[in-house]
Amino acid sequence: MATVTLADDLKPLHHPRTWIGKYVWSQDHKVIAIQYATTAIAVGLLALVLSGLMRLQLAYPDTFDFIQPDNYLQYVTIHGMIMVIYLLTALLLGGFGNYLIPLMIGARDMVFPFVNMLSYWVYLLAVMVLVASFFVPGGPTGSGWTLYPPQTILEGTPGADLGIIMMLVSLAIFVVAFTMGGLNYVTTVLQARTKGMTLMRMPCSVWGIFVASIMGLLAFPALFVACIMMALDRIAGTSFFMPELVSMGNRTGYQGGSPILFQHLFWFFGHPEVYIVALPAFGIVSDLVAVHARKNIFGYRMMVWAIVIIGALSFFVWAHHMYVSGMNPYFGFFFATSTLIIAVPTAIKVYNWLLTLWKGNIHLRVPMLFAIGFLFTFIHGGLSGLFLGNVSVDVPLSDTFFVIGHFHMVMGVSPILVIFGAIYHWYPKITGRMWNDTVAKLHFWITFIGVYAIFLPMHYLGILGVPRRYYALGETGFIPPSAHLANEMITIAALTVAAAQLLFFWNMIWSLFRGTRADPNPWGATTLEWQTPDTPPAHGNWGPKLPVVYRWAYDYSVPGHARDFIPQNAPPASAPPPKGEGA
Amino acid sequence: MSLFSRLGEKSWETPGVPAEDPASYRPEAARVGLIVYFLVATFLFLLVTSAYFMRMGVEAGHGSHGSTGDWHPMPEPPLIWINTAVLMMASLAWEAARAMGRRGMAAPMRTAFLSAGLFGLLFLAGQLLLWRDYAAAGYFLAANPANSFFYLLTALHGLHIAGGLFFWLRALLRPRGAPLPVELCAAYWHFLLLVWLAMLALLVST
Repeated sequence: MATVTLADDLKPLHHPRTWIGKYVWSQDHKVIAIQYATTAIAVGLLALVLSGLMRLQLAYPDTFDFIQPDNYLQYVTIHGMIMVIYLLTALLLGGFGNYLIPLMIGARDMVFPFVNMLSYWVYLLAVMVLVASFFVPGGPTGSGWTLYPPQTILEGTPGADLGIIMMLVSLAIFVVAFTMGGLNYVTTVLQARTKGMTLMRMPCSVWGIFVASIMGLLAFPALFVACIMMALDRIAGTSFFMPELVSMGNRTGYQGGSPILFQHLFWFFGHPEVYIVALPAFGIVSDLVAVHARKNIFGYRMMVWAIVIIGALSFFVWAHHMYVSGMNPYFGFFFATSTLIIAVPTAIKVYNWLLTLWKGNIHLRVPMLFAIGFLFTFIHGGLSGLFLGNVSVDVPLSDTFFVIGHFHMVMGVSPILVIFGAIYHWYPKITGRMWNDTVAKLHFWITFIGVYAIFLPMHYLGILGVPRRYYALGETGFIPPSAHLANEMITIAALTVAAAQLLFFWNMIWSLFRGTRADPNPWGATTLEWQTPDTPPAHGNWGPKLPVVYRWAYDYSVPGHARDFIPQNAPPASAPPPKGEGA
Repeated sequence: MSLFSRLGEKSWETPGVPAEDPASYRPEAARVGLIVYFLVATFLFLLVTSAYFMRMGVEAGHGSHGSTGDWHPMPEPPLIWINTAVLMMASLAWEAARAMGRRGMAAPMRTAFLSAGLFGLLFLAGQLLLWRDYAAAGYFLAANPANSFFYLLTALHGLHIAGGLFFWLRALLRPRGAPLPVELCAAYWHFLLLVWLAMLALLVST
């Protein structure tokens, strides 16, 4: 029988017998999800520390002996690389994708559990290679997270010896890991939905993760190819990207390569990557808003279509990262237009979130606070994106702190707020315990106000012309003393926010052991993951029988019903139960 | 039901179990996974191809770095055509295995299955020989961008062939009585043949 995953038995499941089989070499999507998430968060903490060190240097130059220019550039590079790829991509797709897809579509596991397990271990290998680059002679690469040639592999750039090779190898390994995971997510959604779960009955979270996985599968090959070609340039002396040039007074052996070619390949991956991170966050926030406002998501079909359209359009905007690279101005015109067009489906989503909140029965629980916080930061970051999408505005702002403020708002803070909201939202299901509400609220408010204190002033610094990636500003006439003061303030805010994350970690760990037992469905949500027979869900998720889905995911506050939600697997009152269907 | 009508479903208006059982129209998971992987690999080779053309464009003086004229196409020795023929034989053998599998002819199918993999191995050996011949004639990896792309493309394609051989070997070593995954293997090898023909056309025409 071809449809093993749909068959109502447990036979195809891999049943571990030992502790190691259950929690280390596990093929259970829930355990893999937690492995992915903890690894991503752990390496994210490293990136957080690096950002703290950068902020210290920016606020108090000439104070810290251990931060030399080389170190600063290494911090910049590894911070960006970890946050974008090893934290956000891995956490949203490897973590939430793994946990939510099978539970939300009513499957027992991913369709290829072994490949899924392999995906995590290969990802861990990529992380280990990356972290190991701190311990090689010369340290990690300091070329900026975009790794632009020719400077990336030339003498003088920190980590040009071994650091860059390890970076490229680590990225290539990551792409392999992601491809294995992504194939699983896409195939599982297409293949293993339970009876009655039509495409348009899937929760927005699954839609976001699904489309983001497809995008990742198509975009990451560009990074893979770029990494291999760059590694060949560095190790074997080919000239894919390296032009003829003189370095440190010596002629290099390179000839005729095109640095722009690398930029095209990198951003063909790099821009979809923004949406690979954003779309799962969009999907998750849609569910958080609907559940905690006790209202169906406004314009569900429009929300799904917008996700698909954004996913498609995002492959046609990459060169808006390259306005200052000297490419043909007509390209700039084309990419500015496509960039502004992609704002339309994005704006539709924002309006629909706001309209979902409108006259909703809003419960300001912590996940909802984070979801609303996301709406603020995302609108802010999105609007500054409209500025930067226009060539004539982008050119003067491109190398300033304005860009830092913009992309941290839109793809740093916004997805992180959603991730926090999502962790608080699903924690009771994942662990079976409830977190401490007071500490969680404190964590939200410090984080939310703190990120504004950090990133809003950066826009002003950028308009003043404060350049990004600089180790120290030195004596610069056009930068007023107030900018230095702002830098100090930003650093204090950044360190406060970083320290406030201890509240989160304390809360998560303490509640794991001491939290009150959670209700199986504490938020009164309709989606399938809250209807499992066990909390936390057992291996195989659904006990002896798979759930049958009778309705869409957003039946909240339906008039004439006793409760304000109807689970997706609750049969309609008028219809006969599934057994009597054939009559 | 077409994809568009499925995406147009007003799911809030239609509670109840849909008449269609998903099991009735869904192909097996491995097949769907393979099709998705075809997409990934297609993108991979398309991207290298576009990089190939852009790098050539630099030579022609269209790039922003002036003309360096460093693109010297490689010759096409007879071996490259022999290897192509071998890969076609592999595809034919897979097709034969598939056809016999459908008719339930177990013994000839096994022969075809075995020979298909052997042709694959032969192709890989031929490609390595091709590399050695080129290197012996002075066409090194770093000597010229045309060479670099040639080695890159053949290596990426060869890795995919090696992956196919891994699954072939795994199928050979399968436990007794388990069916041979002929259909999927055949599809994969046909896909790799198509990729190779496209890459060959690229290498020969430029």
